[in-house]
Amino acid sequence: MSQLVIKNLQVGVETESGMTEILRGVDLTINSGEVHAIMGPNGSGKSTLAYSIAGHPKYTITGGSVTLDGTDVLEMSVDERAKAGIFLAMQYPVEVPGVSVANFLRTAATALRGEAPKVRTWVTEVKEAMSKLAMDPAFSERSVNEGFSGGEKKRHEILQMELLKPKIAVLDETDSGLDVDALRVVSEGVNRVKSEQNLGIMLITHYTRILRYIKPDFVHVFAGGKIVEEGGPELAERLEEKGYAEYVKA
Amino acid sequence: MSALPTNYLAPSGREEAWRFTPMKRIAGLHDPATTIADRISIELIGAARPGFTISRIKAADLPAKSSTDDAVIQRVRADVSEVTHLRISQEAVVAEPIILTRKAGNGGEFSRTVITAGAHSKATVIIENAGEATIGEEIELRLEVGSNLTFISLQEWSANAVHLGRHHAIVGRDATFNSITVTIGGSLVRLLPTVEYSDQGGSAELLGLYFATDGQHLEHRVHVDHGIPNAKSRVTYKGVLAGDQARTVWIGDVFIRGNAEGTDTYELNKNLLLTDGARADSVPNLEIETGEIVGAGHASTTGRFDDEQLFYLMSRGIPMADARRLVIRGFFTEIINRIGNEAIEERLMSRIDAQLEKVGA
Repeated sequence: MSQLVIKNLQVGVETESGMTEILRGVDLTINSGEVHAIMGPNGSGKSTLAYSIAGHPKYTITGGSVTLDGTDVLEMSVDERAKAGIFLAMQYPVEVPGVSVANFLRTAATALRGEAPKVRTWVTEVKEAMSKLAMDPAFSERSVNEGFSGGEKKRHEILQMELLKPKIAVLDETDSGLDVDALRVVSEGVNRVKSEQNLGIMLITHYTRILRYIKPDFVHVFAGGKIVEEGGPELAERLEEKGYAEYVKA
Repeated sequence: MSALPTNYLAPSGREEAWRFTPMKRIAGLHDPATTIADRISIELIGAARPGFTISRIKAADLPAKSSTDDAVIQRVRADVSEVTHLRISQEAVVAEPIILTRKAGNGGEFSRTVITAGAHSKATVIIENAGEATIGEEIELRLEVGSNLTFISLQEWSANAVHLGRHHAIVGRDATFNSITVTIGGSLVRLLPTVEYSDQGGSAELLGLYFATDGQHLEHRVHVDHGIPNAKSRVTYKGVLAGDQARTVWIGDVFIRGNAEGTDTYELNKNLLLTDGARADSVPNLEIETGEIVGAGHASTTGRFDDEQLFYLMSRGIPMADARRLVIRGFFTEIINRIGNEAIEERLMSRIDAQLEKVGA
């Protein structure tokens, strides 16, 4: 059982005119096995929340805390956060030319497990995970994310999540740019990992579409850099009807 | 070509073509006042096989088919008495690569090589340059109709080598020229990978990789002359620089003449600067005399390490030092892996690793 606790988190970015505040006091607790949907309009700070948890150097933490099972996450380097069990599925996964998916996955698994996975069982593990996500085995030989379609990139993110076995996953607009088939495959992957590994999930999205496939336990409306309303799945239905207009006024 | 003036002047270094080159370091290869030996140190590795012949021919019987205004190459042409001629037989498919090695040594060398890919032949030719050298050389690659030639030139010279060369391909009708130029050794290397087309339907791919560390000057001056309709060219050169006074120059001249309708060309140069004190010049240059083309473009980037790549890898638990190594190795392997010969690829990567380690990158 794991618990990610975010308390009064304040985050800014350094600009020419000084520090610009983006997150203005975020409070959120995610337990293993829970799905928290973070919904909000573009520019509300959802992605900043995701990147701040993962430790992107662009963002400066100006206040508050993030802990995983009581340990300070903000003190950790990016790779230490992954080792602690935090995974970020990115909205725009980065291309790494010349580094094959196979090499990348093996290197990451080695780093996280503290030893190189046994060759035979590892190859089987990767193949099975790929087949569950309807990925062509030839993917292994391609450079990380290079020339991947939008759907392929997202499948590759979920593949990593499945293989690296995090405790808490932050899915940053994993649904964006996916057609219905790809959305279904990716969502099934997320649900499978959640049930097999009792994963806690922060599901960041702009749309309610993905929530038909991944059922949230909690819905948080995000606007102006903080959570402005919280509820159960019924809150998503209301957003579907009314949109974010009531939250973005002034 | 033989009727060259004997009283031409050595370039001073102020000429456009020489302005990046440290003239003091080219061992007089450009200067008529310096005598350079006329000799051939190129050798075939392994036994002769069916599908090709290699011979020495009087230079006068195998004159260059292209013109050049490069002072060193003009000297090479004027001074050599014999030419190495590698001829791939018509319709031959040579499965294993033809590997030539050159150990020029310190004595100085001017040499010419002609590689003829016979009609509808298919072969890979690899030239390995290693050891010390002071060499001026020209390789002319003649691709006859429908031929497919992969030409790989590896500059694995020792630290003090000086190498000035021109590798000129003449691409015939429906012929395919693929080339990979890898330059990691030498004190000063200045190569002119150039292409012209003698008939329609030809295609040329020029891949290059250079890696300069402390004090090395590595210069590649690509020139693709689209003077024939319906030909294609792709140029991709990648460079890595690390250490004090590491210096690279990449010039990419692509010329689409008025009659070259249906031309399809794209050139790309990417440089990765790993440390302070290194300098990469990148000058893509596209001249277009007709609008009736399929496409023409170029791109050039020179930059430091990509932090987003680093963040992505680290967010998967990979420590910073390992992530850096992965990204840098990836930058190299993108080109190295195209060589298609495991032993050579491993040899190059282990030298690259050793050089990276030395400069602490």
